[in-house]
Amino acid sequence: MTLIIVLLAASALFGIGLYGALSQQSFVMLMMGLELMLNGALLAIIGFWSRGLGGMPEGQLLAIIVMAVMAIEMAIGFALVVALYRKRQADVTEAIGTLKR
Amino acid sequence: MTDLAIILLALFGVWTGWRVFRVDSMVRASFALMLSFIATAGIGLLLSAPYIGVATVFMMAVEMLVMAIFMVMFMMNPAGLNPMSMVHQHRLSIGAGVVAFAGLGAAVLLSDLPDSPVAPGTDVVAQLGFELLGPSMLIFETAGVTLLATMLGAVILSSRQGRFGMADHGSRPPGLEPGGAPAGRRPEKGGGHGHGHGGHGGHGDGGHGRASDDHGGEHRGHMSDGDHEGHAGYSPDGAMGAPGPEHGATHRTPAKSEHGGEHRTAHGPGHAPQDQKAADAPQEDAAPNADPHAHHRKGTGHDGDDT
Repeated sequence: MTLIIVLLAASALFGIGLYGALSQQSFVMLMMGLELMLNGALLAIIGFWSRGLGGMPEGQLLAIIVMAVMAIEMAIGFALVVALYRKRQADVTEAIGTLKR
Repeated sequence: MTDLAIILLALFGVWTGWRVFRVDSMVRASFALMLSFIATAGIGLLLSAPYIGVATVFMMAVEMLVMAIFMVMFMMNPAGLNPMSMVHQHRLSIGAGVVAFAGLGAAVLLSDLPDSPVAPGTDVVAQLGFELLGPSMLIFETAGVTLLATMLGAVILSSRQGRFGMADHGSRPPGLEPGGAPAGRRPEKGGGHGHGHGGHGGHGDGGHGRASDDHGGEHRGHMSDGDHEGHAGYSPDGAMGAPGPEHGATHRTPAKSEHGGEHRTAHGPGHAPQDQKAADAPQEDAAPNADPHAHHRKGTGHDGDDT
């Protein structure tokens, strides 16, 4: 029961994060959507480790990897935002439409 | 009781996660995301993962504060004074989110989930530590190296310029079609205009009058590229014990087509910086000879005030 609640909450967080990552125009808000998806993944990992893995330490290790991914995503993401702003004065995704060509 | 707390925390986490994209202020959005992470951390604490929960709180608190600073930097509406909706492909996004939630929820509800909870009294933090520095050390170290690469990449991406200036300085991006107009930024104008100061190159200080014929104020005049080099550096780096440090001041003066050559005039030592500024004046260019490749050296050898 507990695992189902946790996993449903994780699914909801992932869905909200996917909505944000697809819909937001601002780079920073887009990154918040990505963070929210990772939040859902972290919650699901904690739930599975606690209720389905019997306390094997590899599950906690996976959660730590997810947290490292969060830090990497944020650092590189903000560096890319700063670099794009320096080049194009762009802070929304529509401003870099030439990347489509 | 634990289930009730987990339900409340899960609802709070989902609600604050939803508020991230509903509030009008970017700073409030980042704090809503932080609350969502804190709810996740609380569930972790309740699910006997204290290290993960506390680490999540610490990490996310710092991360969201940094994010709030970036919000203020990049947003046109950081204070939330006006209604804000900056979305595109809204219906597609809503559909994708709903489909993701429905699919994952159906998978959760329809799966045969394992039931093997952590035994009470297990020392999970010690187990994690032994795992990190034991069998999974390679994974842990790989994460560390990856974070190092992230730091380097972030610095490189966000630094204004490299050691030799902008990487694409004067470059021309390729055309969108062969022979077409260049893509993106327009190429820079100019380059080759005939006025401009030369650069005072390495003005190495030191030596203090010894070996005076090594003090060559190297004056390169009439470079043909016409760059505007600027004062490259006056570095009193104090090579005190060096036997003959060059007191070199490289003057690059601009392009004139009739003076295509390169005049090197070795002045004496002791160019004070004022002298070097004066040396850019044309009358200091005292050796305009007809031979463009001649090198005049007038080593006067007077001791300057290079202390």
